Amino acid sequence: MAAPPAQREVTLSVQTLTQRFGPNKIFESLSFEVPKGQGLVVTGPNGSGKTTLLRILSGLLRPTKGEVRLNVAGKVISPEERLRHIGFITPDLALYEELTTLENLEFFARVRRLKRTKADQHALLEKVGLKERGRDLVGTFSSGMKQRLKLAFAIQHEPMLLLLDEPGSSLDDSGRAIVEGVIAEQKKKGVLIVATNDDRELAYGEGKLALA
Amino acid sequence: MPWLEGVLAVFLKDWRSEFRTRYALNAALLFAVTTLVVVSFAIGAFGISGDLLAAFLWVVILFSSMAGLGQVFIKEVESRTFMALRLVARPSEVWAGKFFFNLVLLLGLEVIIIPLFFILLNPRVSHWGGFLAVLALGSIGLAGATTLIAAIIAQAKGKGALLAGLSYPILIPLLAAATSGTRHLFHGDGGAGQEIQILAAYAVVVIAAASLLFEFIWNE
Repeated sequence: MAAPPAQREVTLSVQTLTQRFGPNKIFESLSFEVPKGQGLVVTGPNGSGKTTLLRILSGLLRPTKGEVRLNVAGKVISPEERLRHIGFITPDLALYEELTTLENLEFFARVRRLKRTKADQHALLEKVGLKERGRDLVGTFSSGMKQRLKLAFAIQHEPMLLLLDEPGSSLDDSGRAIVEGVIAEQKKKGVLIVATNDDRELAYGEGKLALA
Repeated sequence: MPWLEGVLAVFLKDWRSEFRTRYALNAALLFAVTTLVVVSFAIGAFGISGDLLAAFLWVVILFSSMAGLGQVFIKEVESRTFMALRLVARPSEVWAGKFFFNLVLLLGLEVIIIPLFFILLNPRVSHWGGFLAVLALGSIGLAGATTLIAAIIAQAKGKGALLAGLSYPILIPLLAAATSGTRHLFHGDGGAGQEIQILAAYAVVVIAAASLLFEFIWNE
């Protein structure tokens, strides 16, 4: 696996972001920045737009108004290109249950055009505590194991921005410790983190954004 | 070539998944075999004309493809893998990978349907080359159009009805040409040259339209 730069020059800037679904206003004129190597935790009650905000940040959803800028070494990345540089975990995302863990990772590596050896995939699985489960079908996993595999999927391509929607959901204490360790390692590399949702995730970021 | 590698990755992933679940194949095969057997029993020893046989063959192919080919995107949405695919794959690679998957699935279905059709209904074919050309070009057009429409309706409610409702107007030129060409070949009243040209043009138009439109459909 190629060694990433020690600290990436990546920042995230959001300006006057507004999202509406028909007549329903989700949020309005949201502006914030995530400086290099830092994290932001988004809090708020159900329906306040946390997941919607993360989908906009990923580039999967176009906002009604406003702009999201992912700056890499002073250059703004287009929304289409942004998709290739983010890692995203959300309850709305699942991996292929009829494929094995390794088959999933190999498929995603191929479409991401990554050169990954079997040893790389095993190292990634070890990182999320699934080293012995490479040949098992994902459909046989517990929800906590699926969540850790989703983390492996999210960091496989060494993203610049990691979007974590309820990353601690379905995890027991040892699972949480694994996820927290991986997130801390990503932050050290300069990966920006934007996370929701509960009190434990407050530890993932220096900044906090409360949605009403 | 990286693009071809992406297409191949999507194609192989879908086949591996299909091989383990038989999601599309079972639905399509069940419809095709049941219909063929029921109609052959109903007709019995009386037999039917080449006109009706040609129409019947394409009705079986069409409805089997509706039962199976549409699953290619619907399954991604229902199993919530759609978002993962959107995050990692380039739209053109997804369309091409799924188009080839559907085409191979349809051709595989025809390998079962066509011999069964000939055994049960015994039509006479005047020109086998022409018949295979109509079948191959019709399948390319059918797989291309169904893949594109399946992508459009994948995230909508009432997918089954929508797939049929949106597909039929688009597929009418293809079905008309395929049925007419097959009818000529069953009758032995000349070749199906004109129909083969129409089917080839249809396949080119569908693939060109999909190449232009799919990215917009995928990103919405």
